[in-house]
Amino acid sequence: MRAVDGIDLHLDLGEIAALLGPNGAGKTTTIDMILGLGRPDQGSVTVLGMSPSAAVSRGLVAAVMQTGGLLKDLTVRETVRLTASLYAESRPVEEVLERAGISGIAERLVGKCSGGEQQRLRFALALLPDPALMALDEPTAGMDVEGRRDFWSAIRQDAERGRTVLFATHYLEEADAYADRIILLRQGRIVADGTAAEVRSLSSGRSVRASLAEADKATLSGLPGVRSVEIRGDRVLIQTMDSDAVARYLLTATKARDVEIVAHNLEDAFLNLTSDEPAPVPENRAGVGTAA
Amino acid sequence: MSSRLPVAVRPLTERRVLPLGGFNLTFLAIEIRRLLRNRRTVAVTVIVPVVLFLLLKSRKALAVGGVELAAASTMIGIAVYGAMLAATSGGAMVSIERALGWSRQLRVTPLRPAAYIAIKILVAMLLGLTSVAVVYIIGAIDGVQMTPATWVLTGILAWAASLLFASFGLFMGYLLPSENVMQIIGPILAIFSLFGGLFVPLALLPSVMQDIAPYMPTYGVASIARYPLVGGVFDPTWLLSVVVWTAAFAAAASVLFRRDTRRT
Repeated sequence: MRAVDGIDLHLDLGEIAALLGPNGAGKTTTIDMILGLGRPDQGSVTVLGMSPSAAVSRGLVAAVMQTGGLLKDLTVRETVRLTASLYAESRPVEEVLERAGISGIAERLVGKCSGGEQQRLRFALALLPDPALMALDEPTAGMDVEGRRDFWSAIRQDAERGRTVLFATHYLEEADAYADRIILLRQGRIVADGTAAEVRSLSSGRSVRASLAEADKATLSGLPGVRSVEIRGDRVLIQTMDSDAVARYLLTATKARDVEIVAHNLEDAFLNLTSDEPAPVPENRAGVGTAA
Repeated sequence: MSSRLPVAVRPLTERRVLPLGGFNLTFLAIEIRRLLRNRRTVAVTVIVPVVLFLLLKSRKALAVGGVELAAASTMIGIAVYGAMLAATSGGAMVSIERALGWSRQLRVTPLRPAAYIAIKILVAMLLGLTSVAVVYIIGAIDGVQMTPATWVLTGILAWAASLLFASFGLFMGYLLPSENVMQIIGPILAIFSLFGGLFVPLALLPSVMQDIAPYMPTYGVASIARYPLVGGVFDPTWLLSVVVWTAAFAAAASVLFRRDTRRT
C-alpha cells in the first residue's frame, strides 16, 4: 500500500501552506520525508537544494511534531537549552521562550504542562535554529479555541519575517483561516493545490433546490451547465455551473416554488475532492511541478 | 506571544554543522541532572549492592584464601555487580525515551546517533562509578584490607565493567518496551552474577556452574577486576570475554537503533 504517490511540491519563501486531507491521506508521510524521517521508495526529496538530513543538520528545517517527543522529567527551560546545544548556531533560549509564550512556565516540568503548553514548547524548539522551513504535523490537535488562535498568531508573525511554514491538518477551518495556500491530499496524491478560494472553486458551481411536482429529469439535465439532478419526491436538487439559467428556467417554464441557490464552500470542495470515488483531475493547478 | 523580537532567516550558505555530531557538555550536564532526578533508579543502584555486600561478607567459612582476601574478593564482586546494575539501568533508560518519542524528536535536530549513544554511555558509566565508590566506602568502613594500589586498581577495573553493561543496557533498551524493561533485566543480571561468580567464588560453585561461568559476560570483567588482589597467572580469555561481549552488545544495540529510527 502506498501512503504517498508522486507528490511534487514547490513552496515559496514566507508562504504558509496547509497539507489538508482526511486521515490516511499521506500528510504525515509527506512531512516525514521532508524531515528525512522517511525515505521515498522511488524518486527523491530535496529541501532547499539539499538532502533532508543535510538541511536538518544545518538547522534549515525544523519541525513541530504531532504528539510526544518531549521528556517529562526535564523542565521547559532545560528542554530548550538541551535542544539549543545541538545546533551550531541557535537563537537565544530566552528569546524563543518568550516568542512561544512560555517564559512564565520555564521552570515547570514538562510532564506537568498542559497539551497546549507542550505544543508551544515544541514550537519553541522549532524556532531555535531559525529555520527557513518549519514543518508542523497537526500542530493544534488537542488545543482549545483560544490556544489555537494564539498559536496561529505566533506562526503568522513568524512567517511574515520570511519563514516558510508547511502544516498538516485535517481541520478544514484551520487551513482556510491560516494558510495562504492549501494542498489537498487524497490517497497519497495531490488532488488540488491553490489558495482557499481556488480550491473552493474546483468544486465550483452551485446547488439549486426547488419544490416541483412531476419534475422532468431529462429536461432539467439538459439545461446548460447542469452536472447532476436529484429528485426526491417533490424536491429537486440540481448541481450546476450556471445557477442563473437553472433558476430562470424553473421560475419561468415550470411551477417550481421555494427556489434556493446555495454556493459551495470549502467543505464541499474538500468532501468532493477527497471522497472515495476515483480521484478527479482538477482543471487548474493539479500536480504543480518542481520539488519542495 | 511577543512580536517585538527580531527574526531574520539568515542566508543558507552561512549555516554550519556542529562539530562532534552534537556532543557537548550542556547536553551531558542536563542528562546527569535528569538522572539524579530519577531518585528510584539512583537509590536502587546504590543501595542494592551495599545490602548484598553486607549480607555476603560474613561468609568467612567459605574463604578460599583467608578471611581478609575473601572479604575483599566479595567486595570487588559486589562492586562489579553495582557497576553492572547501574550501567544497565542507565543504558536501558533509552526505552523510556523511545516510548516518549524523544528519540524521534532528536532526529530532526543535527544530533548524530553516535554522539547520542556516547552521552548515554557516559551517563550510565557515571552512575556505575557512583555505585562502585559507595560499595568501596562501605567496604573500607567495614574493615576490608587491601594495599592502596589494589584499592585503586580493582576499583577502576570494576568500574570499567560498566562500559560492557552500558552496551547491554542500550541493547535491552532498544529491544524491550519501557513498561517492563527493568523486570526483565533484573533476573538476567541475577543469572549473570550468580553464574559469573560475582557473589560466591567460582571454586565453591557446583561443577556444572563452573563449566558455564566462562561464557557469562560477567566472568571476564570480574576475573580481571580481582586480578590485582588475587595475583597469579593472567588468563587472556578474560580479556577476550570482555571484548567479545562488549562488541556483541554494542553491535546488537546499533542494529536495533537503526531499526528503531526507521518509521514503521
